[in-house]
Amino acid sequence: MAHAETKTRRRGGSIDLKVIGPIVALIVLVLIGVALNPNFLSYANITNVLARSAFIGIIAVGMTFVITAGGLDLSVGSMAAFVAGLAILTMNVLTDVWGVGLPVILVGVALALVAGLIAGLINGLLITRVGIEAFIVTLGTMGIYRSLITWLADGGTLSLGFEMRELYRPVYYGGIAGISWPIIAFAVIAILGEVVMRHTAFGRHCAAIGSNEKVARYSSIAVLKVRLATYVLLGLLVGFAVVMYVPRLGSASASTGLLWELEAIAAVIIGGTLLKGGFGRVWGTVVGVLILSLIGNILNLTDFVSPYLNGAIQGAVIILAVVLQRKTGTDR
Amino acid sequence: MTKLFIATTALATVLTGAAAAETIGVSIPAATHGWAGALNYHAERTIARLEEAHPDLDFVLATTPDSATQVSDLEDMMATRGIDALVVLPFESEPLTGPIKRIADSGTWVTVVDRGLAQEGIQNLYVAGDNASFGSTAGEYFAENLDEGAKVVVMRGIPSTVDNERVAGFEGAIEGSGIEVVAMDHGNWNRDTAFTLMQDWLSRFPEIDAVWAADDDMAVGALAAIEQAGRIDEMFVVGGAGMKEMVARIAEGDETVPVNVTYPPAMISTAIEMTVLGLTSGAPMTGDFIISSELITQENAEDFYFEDSPY
Repeated sequence: MAHAETKTRRRGGSIDLKVIGPIVALIVLVLIGVALNPNFLSYANITNVLARSAFIGIIAVGMTFVITAGGLDLSVGSMAAFVAGLAILTMNVLTDVWGVGLPVILVGVALALVAGLIAGLINGLLITRVGIEAFIVTLGTMGIYRSLITWLADGGTLSLGFEMRELYRPVYYGGIAGISWPIIAFAVIAILGEVVMRHTAFGRHCAAIGSNEKVARYSSIAVLKVRLATYVLLGLLVGFAVVMYVPRLGSASASTGLLWELEAIAAVIIGGTLLKGGFGRVWGTVVGVLILSLIGNILNLTDFVSPYLNGAIQGAVIILAVVLQRKTGTDR
Repeated sequence: MTKLFIATTALATVLTGAAAAETIGVSIPAATHGWAGALNYHAERTIARLEEAHPDLDFVLATTPDSATQVSDLEDMMATRGIDALVVLPFESEPLTGPIKRIADSGTWVTVVDRGLAQEGIQNLYVAGDNASFGSTAGEYFAENLDEGAKVVVMRGIPSTVDNERVAGFEGAIEGSGIEVVAMDHGNWNRDTAFTLMQDWLSRFPEIDAVWAADDDMAVGALAAIEQAGRIDEMFVVGGAGMKEMVARIAEGDETVPVNVTYPPAMISTAIEMTVLGLTSGAPMTGDFIISSELITQENAEDFYFEDSPY
């Protein structure tokens, strides 16, 4: 098998394997899953895996643009927790005033989107206008949002009122034609992201800036504006992910969204986007997100390895998936 | 907050002319999860009560996000506040053993809460919950209420000695009862992780009769997954630590959540009160004080419900 693979690599050249690397990894994982547990392909399990991938997935699509433009955002996990907390608090207050009803949810949803957008704008402005490294800015805001949610929740958990939770619940658990809303939302965002990345000036500008900022500037691309836009877009998508997240358990605490930023970044890189910027692939990110979710799912469906080793398996698969597509790359 | 305390100390010293105003340092982990949040709530509540009752006592409360900060906090308390007694819940046992030993060696009264130090005989007073009984209390309920051959799944916490002791207690209690633990994995005391884990277990096992979630945050996640799968009537879920939402459900007689096991965050109050009692009354307070875990049932649920607590 190793021989056959080497041959295909040689014949197909570097581009082919770079493209199919993540898909091969995904297919291998699916085959392992099927072999280990007959319930793996059941409707319930597939729905579970896809729906739970939606939060990280939606965020990772935004992250693809940020990374493609040569940036990074470490704050998304904390930001999601903070925005979720803010939305829950607001909805609880409004329930007291307006009673249980749709308007409360609409305001909550709008607030989550606006709060995400503003949070992204703050990151973006600090990075582009004040000129601080993205790593440092978002490391700072990561700590700030994490503390703010802990403070808002008084160290405990912010929970949506019971009746409101029942009303809002279908946004995560409901759907049309048996496909649940988070899956639909993830699919729509992914398709839009792919179109924007490939077929719009914005997508091409992101790649140009990430590849060489100076050249991009001389080509009269509004570098700062495009950069800023990637962070704002990511913030907005974090808000959108929160809209899908809150109805799931109806709560937010200091441990909400923990390590989401790293999962999102890992998904983007597994998908073939370059960490240093210049090249981005939204569909690859989607595959990356699915790979990460499937590893966890498969490990839960079997006693194959000690739970103590879950992290090691995940780490190994992440590295393998990237090795698979970089090994033959001659462009670096 | 600290400034306020310093001001109070200064004022007290002026007024009483350097009389025996005792200062007590309290160092606990920051409110980063539900249980620690309740710990903070009870610590602040107790300090407020004691300051009123004993005007000659000063308190320094420091909350800490990690071990290194806690060590600095302790050094500051010794150097600048000259504390006479210390109530400490070590963030981690190993790194804090040395610093706390130095404080104890200097003659300061030391009360250690919940997490024991790596070396024995350092503290004057040890106040802790009983992790083994936390596990065995739940296990005994399982053994009594499930038939032979019943299938249960177990959600563990973050890998740690606390978790190991609890699980050992649980396993000991169900031994010989014919209950089969079909799966056991770490839910890390986290709602989202528990939700995902439970979803996958529900896909994997056609029959599950009960879930031991070992913590109420995990129980919330597990319940949401069971509800989603429409299998709420097939099993019961036992959490732990007495989160108020869970206690409320038990009080209402919810069949899915029949009981709960305590691991009271209010043990910090016990520790502070006992320390103060030792300082002020001269009553002997040295030794170990282990707070056993109790089973919360519909009958006694009322006693375990704290409306204002964040947990």
